[in-house]
Amino acid sequence: MTTDEQKAIESEIYAFIGQEVYPPTPAADDINEAMIRQWAEIMGDNNPAYLDKDWTANSFRGKTISPPAMMYVWGQEGFQVTKGRAPNAMSNLVSVFDKHGYTGVLGTNVKQEYFKEVSPGDNVTIEMIIDNISERKTTGRGTGYFFETLSTFTDQRGEKIGTQRFKVLKFIPQEQPSAAATEDKLDVPTRIASPRGHDNKWWWEACDDGKVLIQRCKSCQTLRHPPRPMCGECQSMEWDSIESTLDGEILSHTEIHHPKIPGYQYPLVCAVIKLAEGTNFVANIIGCSPSEVHIGMKVKGVLEQVDEKTMLPQFYPA
Amino acid sequence: MIANVKDKAVIVGIGNTTFSKDSGVSELSLAVQAVKAAIDDAGLKPSDIDGMATFTMDSNDEIEVARALGVGELTFYGRSHYGGGAATSCLHQATMAIATGMAETVVVYRALNGRSGHRFSGGVAGDITTADAIHWGWYMPYGLLTPASWVAMFTQRWMHNTGVTKDALFEVAHSTRVYGANNPAAFFYGRNFDRAEYDAARMIADPLQLFDCCQESDGGSAVIVTTPERARDLKQPGVSVLGVAQCAADNQEQMTSFYREEFAGIPEMETAAKNVYAMSGLCADDIDAAVIYDAFSPIVLWQLEAWGFCGYGESGDFVKDGALRTNGRLPTNTHGGQLSEAYIHGVNGIVEATRLVRGTSANQPEKTVNHALVTSGVGIPTGGAILGKMN
Repeated sequence: MTTDEQKAIESEIYAFIGQEVYPPTPAADDINEAMIRQWAEIMGDNNPAYLDKDWTANSFRGKTISPPAMMYVWGQEGFQVTKGRAPNAMSNLVSVFDKHGYTGVLGTNVKQEYFKEVSPGDNVTIEMIIDNISERKTTGRGTGYFFETLSTFTDQRGEKIGTQRFKVLKFIPQEQPSAAATEDKLDVPTRIASPRGHDNKWWWEACDDGKVLIQRCKSCQTLRHPPRPMCGECQSMEWDSIESTLDGEILSHTEIHHPKIPGYQYPLVCAVIKLAEGTNFVANIIGCSPSEVHIGMKVKGVLEQVDEKTMLPQFYPA
Repeated sequence: MIANVKDKAVIVGIGNTTFSKDSGVSELSLAVQAVKAAIDDAGLKPSDIDGMATFTMDSNDEIEVARALGVGELTFYGRSHYGGGAATSCLHQATMAIATGMAETVVVYRALNGRSGHRFSGGVAGDITTADAIHWGWYMPYGLLTPASWVAMFTQRWMHNTGVTKDALFEVAHSTRVYGANNPAAFFYGRNFDRAEYDAARMIADPLQLFDCCQESDGGSAVIVTTPERARDLKQPGVSVLGVAQCAADNQEQMTSFYREEFAGIPEMETAAKNVYAMSGLCADDIDAAVIYDAFSPIVLWQLEAWGFCGYGESGDFVKDGALRTNGRLPTNTHGGQLSEAYIHGVNGIVEATRLVRGTSANQPEKTVNHALVTSGVGIPTGGAILGKMN
């Protein structure tokens, strides 16, 4: 794309920033138990705060509440949208993108924030604007622009219940998907990596190369993990390392249920493992059900690529 | 043996802000509100303060607090490290400063937007390369990155070693919530809680479920410490620091001391306890009530063992007949603890221990409280103090 073409589309699309998509519009129906029940069933969310009146009567709220994540549900237009919608700022913006060849569309993320609880009988008003449009980006799906709408939800007293940001990528579809692989990919979350400094960088670089090393004092031969710059036994700063066989036994373990962090695969079991060499080591236990993991269990580690960026020793039942 | 600073410093003022999940104000605002409340309680003026002690984790610089309050000149400011391990360490700093004459009147404070701002439950992440971040880096890639998960790892092994069951964890969780239900300042005020709700709550990191975990709170707490001479002229009955100590033990990590020969224990608290008892000339039998740091229910049990109320692995039996309740052997966390009052990193615990000695707790035991224990967080370098009536 030439700079002139880029200037042309950008002069058109950036004019949409701040424009109203929906003026403040009260929902056709008040918040009601029937709809909450359907939503909770479909989502599999059996939080008693939503429907259990006996439970909520004894809770600090004293009444049921609408699931916060339902806030966007109340203003949905329903079946009438099959007959088409009146044009608004968002559909006009999409038309501009389409006209310039940015016909691809991908909803990339939704972020909700909650400020106030609401209950059956309350009414939700939704207002939506086009909040921002990114600079031109090259992504794995093609070159395009991210635009983000901001919906604000208020109750019948005009008090803010929450907000929702919805981000969409409009892009020129790639004709050769294989070529796209070499371009920057959309961000897929990976595990949080350790920072690498003087005292631990060598260990993680060996891990990247498929080896788990254990630091060894050159003077008194004491093994130590995690690595440190000095031997606590003899104060020598000279060290080398040995490669672990990754044979081990579980000393303790926990299955991480909450919070679930993006980039990690659940169920997720962490354990402290006594390696055959004698040092203790923390890692994940995989290859069996979390309920089978127990103290005293023999395990064997294997270096594996666990995501696009991360090599880690993973321990299986031996 | 460490130096003896028994009766060198006296708590003369206590203050809490309102505790909430969304304060709507800055942490600095919470800090100065808590400190002002403590100054008022003591019958002092801001300009009487010449020293400050807080946490390295606290975002409120001493000079900002001083300027906002109109304190004027400070001749002592010292910070304590290691999260909740710093709670009584701040009292330790204040006591040392007063005992040596570096300051006359020191305020200990901690204020945080722990729910609406940075939440500890979100875990650690490795954006910067410090020794601390490199330490967490041994755990982050595996997803072992929240306080609950680190404590769960200790708890699993401790339960395996000792045979203590979740009945004991529930007794801690329930006794503090009953106290909290009767404390108007507590998050659990007026709330019912029973075994069915405890058992039905979601698993966080097994074996810890939701109600084994403390609150995340917005709020601030402060205590004013001064010399016995000054204390005698003030409004409140003085509460003397009879013993105070901190300790980091061999092979210590922050929350992850997994490399000890036996890691299901808290040797750092055993040493602190030994030193506090030696300093005060007291023993476990002399302690009438306690505020034991409760970020998670099992850590209260370990501390009962470390302070010698029972032997290793015996805390389950110790608590099962109601020892922690109002008329029990050791009424504990009578404000509701951090499990159900608020999580102000243990400084609200120093406030409550002071109240217990004054006789003004919302759940004051019928017996006279001559000696109250208060402790810092464990799994980290830690400590504790014994408070008693000023002579």
